[in-house]
Amino acid sequence: MSTVNIPSPNGQPKIGVYVCHCGINIAGRVDVKETVAFAKTLPNVTVATEYKFMCSDPGQEMIQKDLRDGKIDRVVVASCSPLMHEPTFRRAMIAADANPFLFQMANIREHVSWVTLDKNAATEKAKALIAAAVKRIVLHRPLEKTRVPVTSDVLVVGGGIAGIHAALTLAEAGRKVYLVEKEPTIGGHMAKFDKTFPTLDCSACILTPKMSAVRAHPNIILWTYSEVAEVEGFVGNFKVKVKRKPRYIKEDLCVGCYECVEACVFKKGITKDEFNVGLSKRRPIYIPFPQATPLVAVIDPETCVQIKRNKCKKPCVDACERDAIDFDQKVEIKEIDVGAIILATGFKTFDASRISRYGYGKYPNIYTSLEVERMVNAAGPTGGEVHLQNGEKPKTVGIVHCVGSRDSKTNAYCSRVCCMYSLKLAHLIKERTEAEVYNFYIDMRTPGKGYEEFYEKLLKENVHFIRGRVAEISDWATIPEEEGKLVIRAEDTLIGAVRRIPVDMVVLSVGMEPHENVDEVRRLFNVSCSHEGWFLERHPKLAPVSTFTDGVFLAGACQGPKDIPDSVAQAGAAAAEALALIDRGYVELEPNTAYLQEEFCSGCKTCLGLCPYGAISFNDEKNISSVNGALCKGCGTCVAACPSGALQQNLFTDEQILHEIEGVISYV
Amino acid sequence: MSDNDRKQFEPRIIAFFCNWCTYTAADLAGTARMAYSPNVRVIRIMCSGRLDPQFILKAFREGADGVLIGGCHPGDCHYQEGNYKALRRFTLLKRFLNMMGIEKERIRLEWIAASEGDKVQKVINEMTEQVRKLGPLKLEPASQLQPQNDRVSRVEPVTIAEGEAS
Ligand code: FES
Repeated sequence: MSTVNIPSPNGQPKIGVYVCHCGINIAGRVDVKETVAFAKTLPNVTVATEYKFMCSDPGQEMIQKDLRDGKIDRVVVASCSPLMHEPTFRRAMIAADANPFLFQMANIREHVSWVTLDKNAATEKAKALIAAAVKRIVLHRPLEKTRVPVTSDVLVVGGGIAGIHAALTLAEAGRKVYLVEKEPTIGGHMAKFDKTFPTLDCSACILTPKMSAVRAHPNIILWTYSEVAEVEGFVGNFKVKVKRKPRYIKEDLCVGCYECVEACVFKKGITKDEFNVGLSKRRPIYIPFPQATPLVAVIDPETCVQIKRNKCKKPCVDACERDAIDFDQKVEIKEIDVGAIILATGFKTFDASRISRYGYGKYPNIYTSLEVERMVNAAGPTGGEVHLQNGEKPKTVGIVHCVGSRDSKTNAYCSRVCCMYSLKLAHLIKERTEAEVYNFYIDMRTPGKGYEEFYEKLLKENVHFIRGRVAEISDWATIPEEEGKLVIRAEDTLIGAVRRIPVDMVVLSVGMEPHENVDEVRRLFNVSCSHEGWFLERHPKLAPVSTFTDGVFLAGACQGPKDIPDSVAQAGAAAAEALALIDRGYVELEPNTAYLQEEFCSGCKTCLGLCPYGAISFNDEKNISSVNGALCKGCGTCVAACPSGALQQNLFTDEQILHEIEGVISYV
Repeated sequence: MSDNDRKQFEPRIIAFFCNWCTYTAADLAGTARMAYSPNVRVIRIMCSGRLDPQFILKAFREGADGVLIGGCHPGDCHYQEGNYKALRRFTLLKRFLNMMGIEKERIRLEWIAASEGDKVQKVINEMTEQVRKLGPLKLEPASQLQPQNDRVSRVEPVTIAEGEAS
């Protein structure tokens, strides 16, 4: 059985082994000289050499020259992870007219020099991995990548600032974009903010024009109140099902005149207004906010009497001159084909009630920063007034940084935006109320253009800064001045004493967290998450907006806490990556697919049920299985199960792996 | 084997890591410079579902003292369900190996996500210690076995190292 060794044209294979120093990343721990000397002793190795940086141009040229000179016909590079530079070296081989699959990498950096303390042990391990690669590459065969055309449309998931920017960039480049947002309007968190730091630009003034540009752009199809339900296919050729929830309003007819909202049998709001994060109430029929995009009403099926109990006079229907209300609307499933997907699903804010000693939800005048964002917003529930529950202006306000950040009990990471927005809120609160404002911070983190300067400015505005994590917030007065106040107790680490500051109002600067359903979303799109739940980029520096699934890109805070400038920059990068993919017009698929050696197949059908992609079918005429290479994704599950060894996987044949095992162990 | 000898014993462990989660996690462990014992050598496969039981038998026959298998967490396999297939085969194989006198502690299956570099470090260190305690695996050298085809179908006879029978 098994794969045939395709010998080199002139008999024996000629293997070149190139050991990389990677500066001192490898050479500092692995004795490269000794490794090269060892490689020279291995069978079929005709060239073994070393270089400072194999991935650099001169390094690649060394390989290319040896290939052209006929000294070698197979290449082993011992350097970093194949996930890092395999494509680089394969390209170098193509440029030297060699088949790029007569190549194997030995990962002696990530798997050896960076994780092994002892130099001898590192050198020995490097030798073993090289021996394995040399042993295996003898069995490599020339392979061809298959080219598949790509669909030029793009799906952007999430209509916050990142999704909006990515969608507009792609639309401007002439691509058709589907922008899917789960809320009834796009805008995300940014739409809720009053000002943005450090410039104190009006958030709405910079965002709403972009929102209407999305609405108006001929290349953007905007589906709000919708969710991605299913994703199939692969890079360049995704098949996506989008679920459009019924909003019970005909989107093309509604003009957002508010007549229906006014007419509703409920004359006042009855349920928490999501846009004002619960600071006000809304009716069952509503428009999220006056600049909502699309400016279309929506009926909440949970509270609408007509939908719940089928018993309402339906004054909204009468009020609508355009007959836009439609109680019979059903869930609609849209099927689309896209070539690339950009995930811009954003974040949620930390739930402050999780830290019970901060009293959120217990004491009335403790707010989260997002609530205060709505409060200071002129279009918000209080018309821009900052006031206490009793309607009075606070005279003292405490802002507590790092709530749900930099804390091993909640989230160990820094949310990156809280210091800056706390400073911004301090400024705005002072401006609106002239209150004394106390900022309680652990460290002031202001890296960013103009950020430190903003901090300097606040220092001059007579805002108080107390360095120390807040221990507790309570209404427990110990002296008359504390009566009727909220008392913030914190250790001031600069003076080395515990302080009690009585205030009228507390702002908890909550951090950013991944959405609760992040696991669902990540499985839907086949991407990974960090342990906190942020989507994992392919490489933090080399591929920061790519994922391990080709064709799926990341933008904004779904990848990690980010401020607006960074989200927008990342969204632009994601759009550019998607464009690069689409404009090439095709994708090349790794040829690591399964294939059948017909003469060995006994027709046992073991493999048939194993393929999740339906790539294996049964040929009744020949009484054997048959593999459709175009559908195969190359997992090798069927290969492992084939009792007669008739199924094999390109680049991972049984023989190649068995050889690798021999090689890795033969040198110990 | 004296205690002293055992201290000297450096087990040889072969690991099969799936490309998408565990191999990536091992790369991450590297990038984060998480040092771990050098005894484990990783062979990359695209998915843990590719793991043919003969690879494990071959590893033991070639002289490995332990075999470690790493795949994506249940539900996270890049190919939907390769890891479930791997788990099923693994359970069966472990029983089979045990019957042949290869202790079940010599083989371990772990789900390690791409972000879990620390878990790679932990599992490799634990595995090394565990196998070190067991001592070397003693199988009859391959040359003394009946001639076989290249597919490893039988691995016998097995002798159990001293002190390991208990
Ligand atoms: S890809 Fe990791 S187990 Fe299948």
